[in-house]
Amino acid sequence: MGNYVELFIKAVFVENLALSFFLGMCTFLAVSKRIQTALGLGAAVVVVQLITVPANTFLYHYVLEEGALAWAGLPDIDLSFLGLVTYIGVIAAMVQILEMVLDRYFPPLFHALGIYLPLITVNCAILGGTLFSVQRDYTMSESVVYGIGSGFGWALALVGLAGIREKLKYSDVPEGLQGLGITFIIVGLMSLGFMAFAGIQL
Amino acid sequence: MSSAAKRALLDPVVDNNPVTLHVLGICSALAVTTSLLPSLYMCLALTVVAALANAAVSTIRHVLPSSIRIIVQMTIIASLVIVVDESLQAFAFETSRELSVFVGLIITNCIVLGRTESFASKNPVGLSFLDGIGNGLGYSVILILVASTRELLGAGTLLGYTILPNVADGGWYSPNGMMLLPPSAFFIIGLIIWAVRSWKVEQVEKPGFRIHEVHRTEAL
Repeated sequence: MGNYVELFIKAVFVENLALSFFLGMCTFLAVSKRIQTALGLGAAVVVVQLITVPANTFLYHYVLEEGALAWAGLPDIDLSFLGLVTYIGVIAAMVQILEMVLDRYFPPLFHALGIYLPLITVNCAILGGTLFSVQRDYTMSESVVYGIGSGFGWALALVGLAGIREKLKYSDVPEGLQGLGITFIIVGLMSLGFMAFAGIQL
Repeated sequence: MSSAAKRALLDPVVDNNPVTLHVLGICSALAVTTSLLPSLYMCLALTVVAALANAAVSTIRHVLPSSIRIIVQMTIIASLVIVVDESLQAFAFETSRELSVFVGLIITNCIVLGRTESFASKNPVGLSFLDGIGNGLGYSVILILVASTRELLGAGTLLGYTILPNVADGGWYSPNGMMLLPPSAFFIIGLIIWAVRSWKVEQVEKPGFRIHEVHRTEAL
């Protein structure tokens, strides 16, 4: 059990996908204007991550990995070169389903997310989470924990940035730096801060 | 060249830049820009993928049901990226080994899907192709600017050639190590945006809230 708690903490803080690996930046910067929207997107990412990371890890271990097809009587086949296409297919399918569900049951959230919902598909945080999980050879249960943890860490950074930006609208930012420019500078400072977590050994 | 084609090609370079205006494609802009050479290959790869993906999606836009469009677009993009990856391995092996992960990450580069989704699915083939090239160029301009700044200030070199002789080699320039760390990429892109928006004033975003509303309007 302690093993899983450690993995979770590490995925949230030490190896934060957004601020330590700089994944999922496009959506991270664009949908962090209001805490409300950020919470919605954060929740969507956690859900997608929770489903896709274990699903892709499962596919890798039982279909793609070298010798993984032994259960089907084909021990010599190595399909790992199909990895990227498979992962992205699974992710795209999940996002499309999520989009339909949101459109049907939560229209306000669907409209608030707009173009950024289909863009979750190309959110490198999602693909990155899968790739890390496969690369580090996580077991199925570990990949579930890692999926939740990495998604939660990304959502945490997103909501944190949204909070800073909400406060920031009271400050007097130079004209050209207004909006996107100052956001980059803030994220730079946040990532400098999160680099401090890199030294933590659990 | 017709004006629509010219606009599709040149608009994204400065006026409608995918990176500085639409916040797309940032991840790889941060990741590969520690030195210039890999960035150049990355720009080339992205431009090719964006142009071809746009053309392909535009070709099938009338027969593609919208409920499965994302999966189809992703499959097209992923196949193109595999082709580009294989060609890089065949013709530029050293650089492709340096880039391997990031070439794969072109699949998740939002510029490509963003353009196929918002432009190619509504416009004719030729125009979409040019739009892909234009957006690739817009991305390249930013990537090259960031990469040359980081390599020059972080290591004192450009494309591996020494420009600012290092203190360690008996020169005068002491390299700024932070330039090689990811936060510096954020700062540089932020400053580039500032510069572009001081030049193209119409891109400046309206602040959501102003305390000194009266003073500002008086000043204007």
